[in-house]
Amino acid sequence: MGSEFVQLSLTPLLIGILSAIACALPGNFLILRRQALIGDAISHVVLPGIVVAFLLTGKVSTWPMLFGAGGAAIVAVVMIELIKRVGRIEPGAAMGVTFTALFAAGVLLLEQSDTSGVHLDVEHALYGNLESLIWFAADDWSSLFDPVALAALPPELFRIAVVALLISILTIVFWRPLKLSTFDEAFAGAVGIRTGVLGLGLVITAAVAAVAAFDAVGSIIVIAMFICPPAAARLMTNRLEVQILWSVFFAVISAVAGYVLAGYGPLWIGGQHAVSAAGMIATVSGVILALACLFGPQRMRMGAPAGS
Amino acid sequence: MNAVLELASRKEWAAGSDALDESPLVVAGLTVSYGEKPAIFSIDAAVAAGSMTAIVGPNGAGKSTLIKAVLGIVPRLSGQVFAYGRPLRQNMHRIAYVPQRASVDWDFPTRVIDVVLMGLYRELGLLGRVRQHHRERALSCLDRVGMAEFAHRQIGQLSGGQQQRVFLARALAQNAGLYLLDEPFAGVDAATERAIIDVLRALKEEGRTAVCVHHDLATVADYFDNVLLINVRKIAEGPVETTFTAENLQKTYGGRLATAHIDQLKLPA
Repeated sequence: MGSEFVQLSLTPLLIGILSAIACALPGNFLILRRQALIGDAISHVVLPGIVVAFLLTGKVSTWPMLFGAGGAAIVAVVMIELIKRVGRIEPGAAMGVTFTALFAAGVLLLEQSDTSGVHLDVEHALYGNLESLIWFAADDWSSLFDPVALAALPPELFRIAVVALLISILTIVFWRPLKLSTFDEAFAGAVGIRTGVLGLGLVITAAVAAVAAFDAVGSIIVIAMFICPPAAARLMTNRLEVQILWSVFFAVISAVAGYVLAGYGPLWIGGQHAVSAAGMIATVSGVILALACLFGPQRMRMGAPAGS
Repeated sequence: MNAVLELASRKEWAAGSDALDESPLVVAGLTVSYGEKPAIFSIDAAVAAGSMTAIVGPNGAGKSTLIKAVLGIVPRLSGQVFAYGRPLRQNMHRIAYVPQRASVDWDFPTRVIDVVLMGLYRELGLLGRVRQHHRERALSCLDRVGMAEFAHRQIGQLSGGQQQRVFLARALAQNAGLYLLDEPFAGVDAATERAIIDVLRALKEEGRTAVCVHHDLATVADYFDNVLLINVRKIAEGPVETTFTAENLQKTYGGRLATAHIDQLKLPA
């Protein structure tokens, strides 16, 4: 299976794995801060940001996309605050209104603009484009050592690799203040941690992960990558350090199993066509979460008697 | 500084103590507002070194807000806070804080010892390694509140009183001169209340200072030597014997406190 695998499956698989890891890491903190909905909001507002960046630059490339999405995230945060204060609407509703409105605006913009020359259309925005991120220039495994072939790797792979590495480093460096301020924000403030800046940094990090994962899974299904692996991981352990490792493990399993099942699963049961890899990755991560709910060692802790 | 010096010299009960430079906490004109109504308005106060002060007032009087504003956790609209003679920001390391137990999610995936180690954040910094002597210090702080055997429990498995003691142990790990505690006795069992007051008295013996938001009027005279009565504004401040009076309590609670209840308190004559 060497050459076909390297050409068609290796890069999508790697991009899927790295996307899942990049989202799962900040996802752990978003869930513990009861801000999972922010991940949802970010993944939606990324779309109008990317479309506007494309309209301004005429390209779908890394930096315009990141800035566009970052700008959209800031616009969304400001809008949410404004709606909360001026409209006196509860935060959840303010968030819901903001991200659906911005996402809808992104869809309209995308429909009206000429994106025929690039990988950017409504379907791609919704479900991602994992299967198309193939490595044309590769012949077989030896291409991994061939500079010409390596230069022709899909740029998306490089982008998500850098983002995943960056997020891993940030998670390690800011581990202590992140954990402390997630658990006890008031105490964190009292020992000199700038909790507001840190919280904003976490949201921006999640936005960057969402942008980088956009190619792989689109802006809807990315929410499963933020939530499912960390939520399942929480049911496996009572220590955040261990939970993070579980969430990375589940993210990798979801990406690999999802990609393989989407590509070959239908053939195994006699079907003709592969199904959406992004959809299958999200489904697998949901199944893992369901299994963790049923069998995870820490699933019963809510009702556990205190002080026994 | 002049205004603050003047302010401090007006406190007759602080007059016998050392110079202002030694005063652990001086608050001048502190105002905080959430929305349009002020939560606390122009509060002045000074705390003497080695004293134990109760902040007392009705619900919504701004007791917790006062402590949070002192620490800079909620934004101040106006006012200044000095710790040991310098703006508080420069002396944060000399202050330990015990937030309200109910303000955090105890289902958080961490162990008792890890919570106590959070008290060493300033020492450890971003990437400093937790070494054996740090762990030993955390364990000895847990021991002081009678929780050493629970060090490796998940915090969600503790009772309310045990959780409160873990919070106190974390503040002890901060090894500070001034301890600010927000309702440390709220909803705890009798054994925990005993353990906490013993620790606070030991701190006082060591010359440290404690300020507690306190809701139980019946124990104010037993536990504390000074009291700060507030209801958005400051009503009175001073030694319990002269300040914790029926008249001042009526002013603080605005008549919401039944006279019969006041009669039951061990108030100074």
